[in-house]
Amino acid sequence: MIQDTTRFGLSPHYRLQWEESQQRFVMLYPEGMVELNGPAAEILKLCDGTRRFIDMVDTLETAFDTKGLRSDIEELVQAALGHGWITILS
Amino acid sequence: MAGLPSYPSGSPRWLLAELTYRCPLQCPYCSNPVDYAQHQDELSTEAWCRVFSEARALGAVQLGLSGGEPLVRKDLSTLIAHARELGYYTNLITSGYGLTEERIAELKSSGLDHIQISIQAPEKTLNDKLAGTESFEEKKAVARLIKTQGYPMVLCVVIHRENIHLMNEILEMATALGADYLELANTQYYGWAHLNRDQLMPTRAQFETAEAIAQAYKEKVKGQMKIYYVVPDYYEDRPKPCMNGWGTTFLTVAPDGLALPCHEARILPGLDCPNVRDFSIKEIWEESPAFKHFRHFDWMEEPCKSCPEKIKDFGGCRCQAYLLTGNMKATDPVCSKSPLHHTVEEAIHLAEQDRVSSAPKPLIFRNSGNSKTLG
Repeated sequence: MIQDTTRFGLSPHYRLQWEESQQRFVMLYPEGMVELNGPAAEILKLCDGTRRFIDMVDTLETAFDTKGLRSDIEELVQAALGHGWITILS
Repeated sequence: MAGLPSYPSGSPRWLLAELTYRCPLQCPYCSNPVDYAQHQDELSTEAWCRVFSEARALGAVQLGLSGGEPLVRKDLSTLIAHARELGYYTNLITSGYGLTEERIAELKSSGLDHIQISIQAPEKTLNDKLAGTESFEEKKAVARLIKTQGYPMVLCVVIHRENIHLMNEILEMATALGADYLELANTQYYGWAHLNRDQLMPTRAQFETAEAIAQAYKEKVKGQMKIYYVVPDYYEDRPKPCMNGWGTTFLTVAPDGLALPCHEARILPGLDCPNVRDFSIKEIWEESPAFKHFRHFDWMEEPCKSCPEKIKDFGGCRCQAYLLTGNMKATDPVCSKSPLHHTVEEAIHLAEQDRVSSAPKPLIFRNSGNSKTLG
């Protein structure tokens, strides 16, 4: 269950990296790669272990100068947890 | 032209660097070419570094370091450090044999991202028989070291008739070793595996039993261990999509510098694959006839030519078509629509005859002596 205070980090051995030739971020892991769209990359970049979920929402709403992103962000975070890209740290 | 499907295009994403054909093991299902002993002139450290740089500039991001046994290259750490600095995700694909705690630490400090080790069977006698070398206890110790040094534990077990009945034990071994990923690779019949096909191919019943066990276990360990199951395509009715499209995603460079659209493509007659000693990776990828050879649909014969599924499977594997039919442009005979599908059924039949024979053929082990005789 995702709460306001939940913190996320990239799973061990996963790497989020900008690919110049593809002009997008990719998630790299043993013998695999996921090509990320813009919003997914923006959210995953914030899964750095320092931010609480509520901070991630604030940061993105400020960055994109909009409100009501919470449910979209939660959906992506849930999917990323399901794929094993990120883990709950606390 | 409007209405016609276009062949996918792209830059290389995966570079498979086969650093050497030397290997202390002798697995009879090795995918290296049978004549590997004739191709021993290995690329230098500088040449490999140039290959890594040029492929990276084109967009390659996953790097497989394989062989043979890549650990026999004394410059492995140098190569890894260069690759990591370029931004590759570096995957070492090894037997684990001869890997010490010090070497693992050294590779890690060079920036290696992950180590995949292979174990032949979940028990000593069979493992050592298949590897042709006493290696079981050492491989298990190495698996534990990999884990304790903070790498993901990626275990690969190649599946065939000698070990397919041990699927439960294989899964238990993977759990006991703390594997994060388990690759269950049903043997693909190329190279030495093709030579030993009659002795290695399981029956359909054996394959179905093993697959059911593996799939059930996959559900059970979901979230703890990721299981990749590579299907044996002789029992499928559609072929696998050849290299995700010829020359669209994958680039292999063999120990002698030959650049290949797929790691088996050396066997295809007249393909004339370019060598990285003579051309840049960009020239090879964009201009070489070999990489352009099947990078479209025009080469296809019927039934592929008019088949709507050609955009999904690209007619299947060119090397398999060649090995089974002698024609590299034929529909991969795994496809039930292939007029030569009976060649697959015959192969299955021959393997079954060997299995029940009172005098089954011995396995031919992959070593330099056999390579010089048979290659």
